[in-house]
Amino acid sequence: MAYGRTEWDDHHHLPTNTGLTNEKVTMWAFLGSDCLLFGALVSTYLLLRNRVGPSTSGPTAADLFDIPFTSVSSFVLLMSSLTMVLAVTAIQRAEMETCKLWLLTTAGLGAIFIAGQVYEFTSFYREGLGFTTNISSSAFYTLTGFHGVHVSLGIVMLVTMWVLVSGGQLGPERAETIEIIGLYWHFVDIVWIVIFAVVYLIP
Amino acid sequence: MAITEERPEILELESGDTSPSTGAFARPTNASGWRAWVFTVDHKKIGIMYGAVAMFWFLWGGVEALLIRAQLFTPDGTVLTAEQYNQIFTMHGTTMVFLVIMPLAAAFANYIVPLQIGARDVAFPRMNALGLWIFVFAGIFLNLSWFLGGGPDGGWFAYAPNTGVTYSPGAGMDFYALGLQIAGIASLVGAINLIVTVLNMRAPGMTLLRMPVFTWMIFVVQLLLLFALPVITVALILLSFDRTFDANFFNVAMGADPLLWQHLFWIFGHPEVYILILPSFGIVSETLPVFSRKPLFGYSVIVISGAAIGFMGWGVWAHHMFVSGLGPVGVAAFSATTMFIAVPTGVKILNWIATMWGGNLKFTVPMMFSISLVSMFTIGGLSGVMHSVAPADTQQTDTYFIVAHFHYVLFGGALMGLFAGMYYWWPKAFGYKLNESLGKWHFWILLVGFNMTFGPMHIVGLQGMARRHSRYGPEDGFDFWNAVVTIGAFVILIGMIVFAVNIVRTWLGYKAGTVPQEPADPWDGRTIEWAIPCPTPEHNFDYVPVITDVDDFWHKKYQPDENGKLRKVADGNEIAQKGDQNPHLPSPSYWPIVLASALPLIALGLIYNLWISGIGLLLLLGAMFGWSLEPATDPDAGHGDHEEHGPDDVDPPGDEGSELAEEAPVV
Repeated sequence: MAYGRTEWDDHHHLPTNTGLTNEKVTMWAFLGSDCLLFGALVSTYLLLRNRVGPSTSGPTAADLFDIPFTSVSSFVLLMSSLTMVLAVTAIQRAEMETCKLWLLTTAGLGAIFIAGQVYEFTSFYREGLGFTTNISSSAFYTLTGFHGVHVSLGIVMLVTMWVLVSGGQLGPERAETIEIIGLYWHFVDIVWIVIFAVVYLIP
Repeated sequence: MAITEERPEILELESGDTSPSTGAFARPTNASGWRAWVFTVDHKKIGIMYGAVAMFWFLWGGVEALLIRAQLFTPDGTVLTAEQYNQIFTMHGTTMVFLVIMPLAAAFANYIVPLQIGARDVAFPRMNALGLWIFVFAGIFLNLSWFLGGGPDGGWFAYAPNTGVTYSPGAGMDFYALGLQIAGIASLVGAINLIVTVLNMRAPGMTLLRMPVFTWMIFVVQLLLLFALPVITVALILLSFDRTFDANFFNVAMGADPLLWQHLFWIFGHPEVYILILPSFGIVSETLPVFSRKPLFGYSVIVISGAAIGFMGWGVWAHHMFVSGLGPVGVAAFSATTMFIAVPTGVKILNWIATMWGGNLKFTVPMMFSISLVSMFTIGGLSGVMHSVAPADTQQTDTYFIVAHFHYVLFGGALMGLFAGMYYWWPKAFGYKLNESLGKWHFWILLVGFNMTFGPMHIVGLQGMARRHSRYGPEDGFDFWNAVVTIGAFVILIGMIVFAVNIVRTWLGYKAGTVPQEPADPWDGRTIEWAIPCPTPEHNFDYVPVITDVDDFWHKKYQPDENGKLRKVADGNEIAQKGDQNPHLPSPSYWPIVLASALPLIALGLIYNLWISGIGLLLLLGAMFGWSLEPATDPDAGHGDHEEHGPDDVDPPGDEGSELAEEAPVV
């Protein structure tokens, strides 16, 4: 790879103009882009949230929200940010076993959140709110579904990291890889705070 | 989707951490023939391929334009049916925007930006190749629609619900919606890569305000792409969900809002306008000073006004929607912002004129194209300001006046600038100049044809001729000017044939030895890409330059004497680097093209059969796996170590940094 990566890492210099590695700037740039993706999806939902069309076309998502249930799964997801921080700290201190534990915990908490979302979608569907039922349902499933896909990809990354750390292929010298995945994970959590507040809590 | 693109880079193992045999098959070796191109990760080859593919689509988009003009040559034209006409004008716009001007800008960005900042390559060479191949497959995918039931027919802006299944039942709009999502991934990958490159890999001493203006404008464009693409991606996803999975986003019977698409599209679409024009602004900001023999007038003002255009471009989108019923407040606000955004653009034009003023002008072909950008774009810009006046715009909307306006800015502006760039950087890319007299024929025929084609459109537009209609009647009185327009379009064709002849003849002449090999600095250039040989050696710079000025290379050649007069102190060709070093370069890879080929499969599956998507998804996962197990640089392909220099100004101990100043006085 171009200079600044392999050559300079040997000397433990920060090689770049910004002082951040290319990988980290990449993640920040990507997250900036992703902000607009969710911005557009949230705006779409806000525009369409109450539109059900003719009277026969079923409930809106807001009619079916189970706020206590979603609050619990939101809390689980937010706690996963804490364990993510612990994982990053652990690998920076070269405590590989601790790091593995927190990586797996983070992935597990994320998986619980996804399971909650699957349960929520299923129960909504049973209550008559399909993806094609009305405009508001299309908007709801698209927005929360995109977030769910983001969390799922994060889980895949975390599990991959766990495999690499366990196999000894990823040591403390590459702690930044986990830090960058942490950036992504925190971003996905922050997006959920916005979605939970705007979609679920604001009437 | 884009997330999955990121993963491999993050997971990527450093050289030495794994052996190359962990890949599914052995690495391609950097040989010759087509493999050297298809599997390359070299930003220069990638740039050339972007340009070549874009020129192919330019030909096809031009054929579409000529079909449109043939249909409108006479009243009640019978060349095309109304359905075919809809498809042709839709794909003409889509092709020219997404498959011609954007990738041509990407060609220059890829080739020139690393050279202008003194880098050996972009930040992520394999991701760069990935962006190219995704773009190639997106273009093929979009145009597959011609063979599978007809092209998209809803206009390049694809207003939903008009593009929903109800009103556009064929598969054409599916190809549009999915094809542009694929093209969007390509642009996003490229944008992130170039942003990181510009932020992180500048040569020591090259602060942001010493960056060449072209690099600056490309940087602004990549930021615009970064933030604009997700918005159209959302719009396209909503449309795809409507068409493929029966969602209701644009289902008016269910209470949909037809303005949703328009807002999402133009929030992307207006920054897109600047995405198309700013690279050309950057190009002429390079060529005008070189051929005026003067520094760029107001470098920092040009840079800041370019950045200002980038910011303000986000606040004007609704001027595309003045007749959609926004209400007086919205219309007034967007009128005002639209008038205001003309200010930084006007600042640039005045700066270019001031650059030429009093200069020792050299009317080379790139200079002529640059001047034509300044003048033709100004015409288009002025009619643009007319559109900011909402009452006038209400009259002009959907008429040929609008068509005239945006062709003056996109053809007279963006394309003229891109042609200037081609003639200007051709020796850097290929080692020889294009023929100047054929180039002048190309220029003049194109300029005359262009004005014949798009000038009269102002007139018929103001007379009320509507866009996007496949016919006009003999009673309308549009015959004469439409005939002129069609003849003009064929004059443009002649101009482009001259250009093609020029390319082929000089290439053959170069191979036969009649067209001379150019030295490093054929134009007496100002920026550091002219401090290395023509054509660019594979590793770009022997030594990473140390930058002390804007137009650093120029200041190494010309310095003030004791009376303050500029004197030539060195010849560019003599002080240029020799290109004789042999450093460690990123190795070629199969994975970018393999990964990219999965995307059209997934998209085809969404239209026809989800099993095809499954195959595509498996291919995608396999390619990502292979990619992440392959180190970026093949450890077995080394040429010795520590020949590279970081862009930081701190020299690594024991490295060659100390020799740099002595060996390379240029840099």
